[in-house]
Amino acid sequence: MTEHIIFYLLAFVITAFSILTVTSKRIVRSATYLLFVLLATAGLYMMLGYYFLFAVQISVYAGGIMVLFIMAIFLTHKPGKRVPIRQGWKLGSCILLSVAGVLLCGDIILNNVVGVVQYIEKKELTMQEIGTTMLGTGKQQYLLSFEMMSILLLACIVGAILIARKTKTVKNVPNETEL
Amino acid sequence: MLIYSQPLELTKFLAAIDNFLHSNFAPGWAIVVEGILVGAMILVMYALIALVMIYIERKIAAFFQARLGPNRVGKYGIFQSLADMIKILIKEVIHIKKADKFLFFVAPFFVIVSSVLAFGELPFGINLHALDFNIGVFYLLSVSSLGIIGILLAGWSSNNKYSMIGAMRSGAQFISYELSAGFALMTIVVLSGSMQFSEIIEGQRYCWNLFNGHLPALIAFIIYLISGHAETNRGPFDLPEAESELTAGYHTEYSGLQFGFFYLSEYLNMFIVAAVAATLFLGGWMPIQIKGWEAFNQVMWYIPSWVWFIGKAGILMFISLWVRWSFPRLRIDLLLNLEWKYLLPINLVNMLVMVMIVLSGFTLTDLFPALFGN
Repeated sequence: MTEHIIFYLLAFVITAFSILTVTSKRIVRSATYLLFVLLATAGLYMMLGYYFLFAVQISVYAGGIMVLFIMAIFLTHKPGKRVPIRQGWKLGSCILLSVAGVLLCGDIILNNVVGVVQYIEKKELTMQEIGTTMLGTGKQQYLLSFEMMSILLLACIVGAILIARKTKTVKNVPNETEL
Repeated sequence: MLIYSQPLELTKFLAAIDNFLHSNFAPGWAIVVEGILVGAMILVMYALIALVMIYIERKIAAFFQARLGPNRVGKYGIFQSLADMIKILIKEVIHIKKADKFLFFVAPFFVIVSSVLAFGELPFGINLHALDFNIGVFYLLSVSSLGIIGILLAGWSSNNKYSMIGAMRSGAQFISYELSAGFALMTIVVLSGSMQFSEIIEGQRYCWNLFNGHLPALIAFIIYLISGHAETNRGPFDLPEAESELTAGYHTEYSGLQFGFFYLSEYLNMFIVAAVAATLFLGGWMPIQIKGWEAFNQVMWYIPSWVWFIGKAGILMFISLWVRWSFPRLRIDLLLNLEWKYLLPINLVNMLVMVMIVLSGFTLTDLFPALFGN
């Protein structure tokens, strides 16, 4: 009973703020609404008893990515400006695409996932179990993908540093007009 | 485990309340009522601790600056912060024009909610522990990272240059120092082999983590105190609200209760940092115990666990105030240098050293199991 109430509350928050995120005319507000969506999703993980993913969701999405989003938005030109929603075929195609996406995802979740995934009976996963699953090499353990992801992130960091690096100052050779 | 007489513990009192509720309500409703009671207690404690801390800080600051401090309201001015609270409650909340009203309104709540969430997880004593997740330390780090969003939004939605600069500084500072704080806590998680607060405290029965992990634990302790201090925007790291340059930083435009939220959460974040350091490094609510000295241990248990907890956290808070009034303020580039060029590399190496010490059995509990082992 209480679980149902909490679930519908969270579902309402997620839906309402998702819609507000895409319809808001100001980009900073959009980012804030998106943050509410992410926090409510964390609440869903908590309801499932998967506290680790709950904490990951909050610290990575809410604490990390959203802070970067907001800081990046601050650096843009006039972040508080009202941007009108585009009318016409662009709006229509967006709605069409999102409805198609919802149908596709719904179909996958309803019909196909059930055959592949097995549900765990246990309510609470301990840190040790998650750690051994992440860094194990046996069946249903994910060391390879874990390492692949870290290499990908490393490549991203190196790329970012390369782009942001100051170029070497070329020695100023006085050209003829100055002489 | 021996059962000692613990006359001042709240265990029996809490059990009596639990019994009363379960005998008078249906099981589901009893839990609901208990949840409401615990939530109300946490909020009351939150406000009370802030009031007491504001008074103590003003007194200690006065002591460091060789003046008297508050001394008019009540004997020694003990009701000063109560009077201040009433003043802040009845002040007008001013809404500024040409600002994003919704974000301006919502920003203080982010700050205070994140600090209340972190506060609710602290183990105050035996059975005085509202939440005991198996990922306790990680939960604490993740919810306390929410507060910075409130500060950034407050700075932006105030539509004020000073607020904006203050918020950006605060953001840069918080994100950088959060790394160090997290790594320092992870070092201790490696040492104690658990993220759950109750297990960490139980593991420190005869030997605090600070001594158990000797060198790396000491380095982690110092780094945690520095970075915790920087995260709370206090002391030599109070750049976001540098009065001489930025009037009051990100909360320049806030008044009344909305400013009160920022003020309250700043003090409570200081308490949370001190309390986490006390729990992870200094044994939390566990009284000082020496293996084999049964009489001594029993005497120590007569002092209730919550007094031990508040005492340890209080000593760390005093150190933080001491630092605040002793060191000059850093410049922003020096502050970020300190984190990225010194603390973070030291911290990473330190964590590696800790892993090696734990794996090769060089912790004090491994070396002298007769003296310190559980």
